Amino acid sequence: METLQFTRPAQAARIQPALVGYVGSGDLEVMVEPLQGSQAEIHIQTSTPGSEIRWRQVIEQIEARIALPAMRMDIHDFAATPGVIRLRIEQAIELASAMEAQA
Amino acid sequence: MSELNANFHGNYEGGFIDLSARKRIESLLDNGSMRELLTPFDRLTSPWLEKQGIVPQFDDGVVIARGKLDNKAVVVAAIEGGFQGGSLGEVGGAKIAGLLELAIEENRKGNPTAAVLMLETGGVRLQEANLGLAAIAEIQSAIVELRQYQPVIAVVTGPVGCFGGMSITAGLCSYLIITREGRLGLNGPQVIEQEAGVEEYDSRDRGLIWGLTGGTQRFASGLVDAFVDDDVSALSTSVRDCLGQGVPALHRSDDISAPLTRLQQFDTREQIDAQRARQALTEGKTA
Amino acid sequence: MNAQMKPISQRGSQWFDGLTASMDSVNAAVPSLRIADGELAGRACRVLLVKPDVENHFPRATRGEVGLLEGYGLAAAIDEAIKTDADNPHKRALIAIVDVPSQAYGRREEALGIHQALAAAVSAYARARQAGHPVIALLVGKAMSGAFLAHGYQANRIFALADSGVQVHAMGKAAAARVTLRTEEELDKLAADIPPMAYDLESYASLGLLESLLEVESAESPSASDLDKVRTVLAEALNDIQPGDTGLERRLNGTNRGASRLVREQLRAQWEA
Repeated sequence: METLQFTRPAQAARIQPALVGYVGSGDLEVMVEPLQGSQAEIHIQTSTPGSEIRWRQVIEQIEARIALPAMRMDIHDFAATPGVIRLRIEQAIELASAMEAQA
Repeated sequence: MSELNANFHGNYEGGFIDLSARKRIESLLDNGSMRELLTPFDRLTSPWLEKQGIVPQFDDGVVIARGKLDNKAVVVAAIEGGFQGGSLGEVGGAKIAGLLELAIEENRKGNPTAAVLMLETGGVRLQEANLGLAAIAEIQSAIVELRQYQPVIAVVTGPVGCFGGMSITAGLCSYLIITREGRLGLNGPQVIEQEAGVEEYDSRDRGLIWGLTGGTQRFASGLVDAFVDDDVSALSTSVRDCLGQGVPALHRSDDISAPLTRLQQFDTREQIDAQRARQALTEGKTA
Repeated sequence: MNAQMKPISQRGSQWFDGLTASMDSVNAAVPSLRIADGELAGRACRVLLVKPDVENHFPRATRGEVGLLEGYGLAAAIDEAIKTDADNPHKRALIAIVDVPSQAYGRREEALGIHQALAAAVSAYARARQAGHPVIALLVGKAMSGAFLAHGYQANRIFALADSGVQVHAMGKAAAARVTLRTEEELDKLAADIPPMAYDLESYASLGLLESLLEVESAESPSASDLDKVRTVLAEALNDIQPGDTGLERRLNGTNRGASRLVREQLRAQWEA
């Protein structure tokens, strides 16, 4: 198991806690919680060692598509592919942000 | 918190097996009545898995909630079969035991509270071995106490099935509901093969294993009370039926002398098959 | 199979013989059980043992395993005690002598619902305790997995002989190694940091599940002073178990059970909130 942490610039935004996925083979759980300020803190525990560069790339790809909200994001990864990781992270952010409209 | 509760407006249709543990509970309870306790945001992860280099899950693979079924108070626990094979460790086990213990207190205070357990589990999590086993003993004790007041209903739908110490737990419940895709047995096929040899139990012989421990056989043998399709509304109806029946006059686990006699009379010289098992387990029972 | 090569444990029978010498033997429903009624510290008690029976009707349960007949047989003996004492304010104590290598592994066992047989025993022990029968487990040999759940784990108090032949675990070491894809050496190494995985009794004691470890001269074949000592311990425990003491809460105090306590504490706080 490897523990990684990334801090990225982000936009202050009103989001709510959200959780998607689970820690099963080829999948991951992504938890999002609001964070004051303008940073996204991403904490990762992954079963795949030596994957820091891959995670950095996935996060950059996501940043190219959507603006990260200020948040704390926790990821528990069980050997998911980059495609599944991207999907889950985007789902989590979408869900956390969608709450605003409902509230 | 979308996954987690709040404004669910009740439109689950179709299969139950594919739902996550959390959605299983949500799909069952009266609309909007689910209140999850110790959510993933409480971050009560296993203290033992990380020490062994194993990625934890925020809810430790167990979701627990209070809610209503036909407007009656219930507690529900669901095990996430996809996380570590649905194995029970210290935290997940304590969540279920603690939930049942609080339900007992409610009943003692005069507030009827029943329980539903959705069991998708291989049993004890071997990475937390003795604490998983201890938790199962505590869950069992709580079920025996709680079921005096209100029904404790177990649901085994698959895909994992219900094995190990938790199969004994299922045997303690007031009612047991199974699907064709559910399996129920004490020992996993590989372990039996390892311990007793391939002639005794071939873990690759899926026909043999499903024939002996699958939902169809367990229902036909009278070891479960209801057999339902993998369908949210069928399951929901079945659970509500069981709840409506109230506490059974005699719990299956306390029916002792008739099963004992049947087993003593069973001819063990030949190996068993599904047909003989059904016969042996239902002999002399009224339909 | 490896298991077949190991000698069958006689510990359970040795301790049963010693502790029940002055008691009356009770007919058990099946030959693999021994039951005796008598008195300990002036208190009525029933002692229960699952023992090896090479002629067992079920061929996969000849070595002291808890199988189909043993599960229902225990349940019958306990259920009878509960019913007999139903109107008696002094419920007899139940003392389980535990030397069970495993549950029975076999095709007949699964097909005929061994889980339900063990549930009958678990239920009977739990009902007895909850009805006010003091229940004590004395571990003199192995106490493994489903077998221990069915015979001993529902006790108010669990005592164990301080001896390397006494073992509590969810799965034998060899099988656990296979299932977790580790070697036995790796398991031992891990167990040093992970007390719930360890096979030694001191680690088990740190989980708070044991009342105490009892030093004896011979765990295999108890001496007169061993028997006296254990009788004294059992008698003290019977005096210690109060009428309202029918739950398992006291097991939650172990050094290495912090998470079990924390979960219950936080759950209670959220319950009413």
